[in-house]
Amino acid sequence: MTDVLVVAELLEGKARKTTLSAITAARQIAAGGAIDILVIGEGASNAASELTGFGARKILKAEIAGGYTAEKYVGTVANVAKSGYGAIVATSSSYGKDLLPRVAARIGAGVAPDVSAITVDGGKLVYTRPMYAGNVIGQLTVNTPVQVVTVRQTEFEAAAPSGGSSPVEDVAASIDDVASKVEFKGLEVVKSERPDLAEAEIVVSGGRSLKSADNFKNLLEPLADALGAAVGASRAACDAGYVSADLQIGQTGKVVAPKLYIAVGISGAIQHLAGMKGSKTIVAINKDKEAPIAQVADYFLVADLFDAVPQLTEEIKKVKAAG
Amino acid sequence: MKILVPIKRVADPDNANKVKISGDGTEVTSEGLEWKMNPFDEWSLEAALRLTEDGKTKSRVGEVVVVSIGPKDAVATIRQGLAMGAERGILVEGEDKKLDALVVAKILQKIVEKENPDLVVLGKQTVDGDSNLVGTYLAEFLGWPVANYATSIRTSDDGKTLTIVRELDTGAATLEVKGPAVITTSDRILHPHAVKNGVTPDDFAYPESEGGRYASLKGIMAAKKKPVEETSAAALGVDAAPQVSYVSFKLPPARSGSTTFVESAAELVQKLRNEAKVL
Repeated sequence: MTDVLVVAELLEGKARKTTLSAITAARQIAAGGAIDILVIGEGASNAASELTGFGARKILKAEIAGGYTAEKYVGTVANVAKSGYGAIVATSSSYGKDLLPRVAARIGAGVAPDVSAITVDGGKLVYTRPMYAGNVIGQLTVNTPVQVVTVRQTEFEAAAPSGGSSPVEDVAASIDDVASKVEFKGLEVVKSERPDLAEAEIVVSGGRSLKSADNFKNLLEPLADALGAAVGASRAACDAGYVSADLQIGQTGKVVAPKLYIAVGISGAIQHLAGMKGSKTIVAINKDKEAPIAQVADYFLVADLFDAVPQLTEEIKKVKAAG
Repeated sequence: MKILVPIKRVADPDNANKVKISGDGTEVTSEGLEWKMNPFDEWSLEAALRLTEDGKTKSRVGEVVVVSIGPKDAVATIRQGLAMGAERGILVEGEDKKLDALVVAKILQKIVEKENPDLVVLGKQTVDGDSNLVGTYLAEFLGWPVANYATSIRTSDDGKTLTIVRELDTGAATLEVKGPAVITTSDRILHPHAVKNGVTPDDFAYPESEGGRYASLKGIMAAKKKPVEETSAAALGVDAAPQVSYVSFKLPPARSGSTTFVESAAELVQKLRNEAKVL
């Protein structure tokens, strides 16, 4: 039993859903201990009120104006982190992976990064995590009194509200010199009407074989729309500028684990498989039936995607219409 | 401008599914696999070379020092960096098993304090450990800012100020950074216009590429004569112990079942609906 601090992630003044996965992980680590949630950033007061129903002992909030930099937040988070917690937890989003290691280095804590499961062995917390692009599963222990943990969103279900109303307390912001060396100039947030990749039940993903941004739009997006799916892409498709980089799935980029993953014109490099092989059912559509994606595909439609994708979209519309 | 580029050798990432686990489950072994420069570090080195040259004439206008921590034969990775164009190398002898992100960052801190570079540019992660820690640790120990996941780096005053675009889950953030600073690079850092140094003409475009530049024969010959300093954690006065211990490794469970090949979109939909029950 230990007390755990969750560091919430804010986007445009709201708590991101990633925070709820961190709460789930924190419940596992705390094993009956208290959970506090630190809400830091611009709009912290609003975001704090969104998180009062998850059974936290208290919500700590620090309102800090302007855009996020780790340098600006680290002092405040570190002060709270060293006030008696056994573990500090966030989701390993680009936010958690940027901020928590800085906090850990500040307070001398070891980090278990990008964790997929948490167990206890002989009274010690053991963290499981994929390495080598998901080709090795490592288990580690952290040898410092405070443990810093970032967790994979897809492996920890979003916490459900547990009732109650946690009190909200203000925390003094502590901003040190290093913050003056970085100035936040702007954040371009990618907006989409589609489900978020990390949370979608179905993901339709395209590769370089789609050949253009227009083909992504005219072929892949109607298929995703028919399925109510999120759209993803291989690194090659992102590099070529067919879609924005935030849609990249893989060892770098996002990790997804939907119930259905449809890989269109994706050969299946190891780096891509690392981001999607946890999907329940995997479909490949590819001209080349020897493509490495076959190693993980449950169903493989050997066809030219330019014929097959519109046909598939029509078939899906038909069965959806029939109920 | 002087840039320090830490580089790590890793088991061939395109064959990462061929690594093995020792019988007692305490070690990952990569016998039979070639050592390669960690791709993210290779891209960082390429970005550092672009920051310290006139891209058009290819004349050097700054210095790049590559540093690697590992066994003696990791010097091959340093020579590769020198062949690509780095000026000098430093090998810090160390046993992979006794290193974690903390120890690596402490060693790099000592090297930075000796070398006084304007920037440290390194990969956001290594493709073996996939940890994403060293760059941020190093910046914190130095009291420097860090820009993680950079996809664009612009400076016109030798790295004293930089405009950096960071790639995020939610989009892209732009930062203005006062050097000295640590930068970790992400995908897209090798786009033709991603790196600007105020020397290379603004309209100059680097060729599209998926990795760092190839070493020319001349580069490989020159690399043999470039200085590589050898040192060790002890000689640098680093006695940090790892903060984390890996207690076991295993291979991931194979995906169950085999691949069903289907002939048509209609057949696929029927299978997804009736067999997999996901539609």
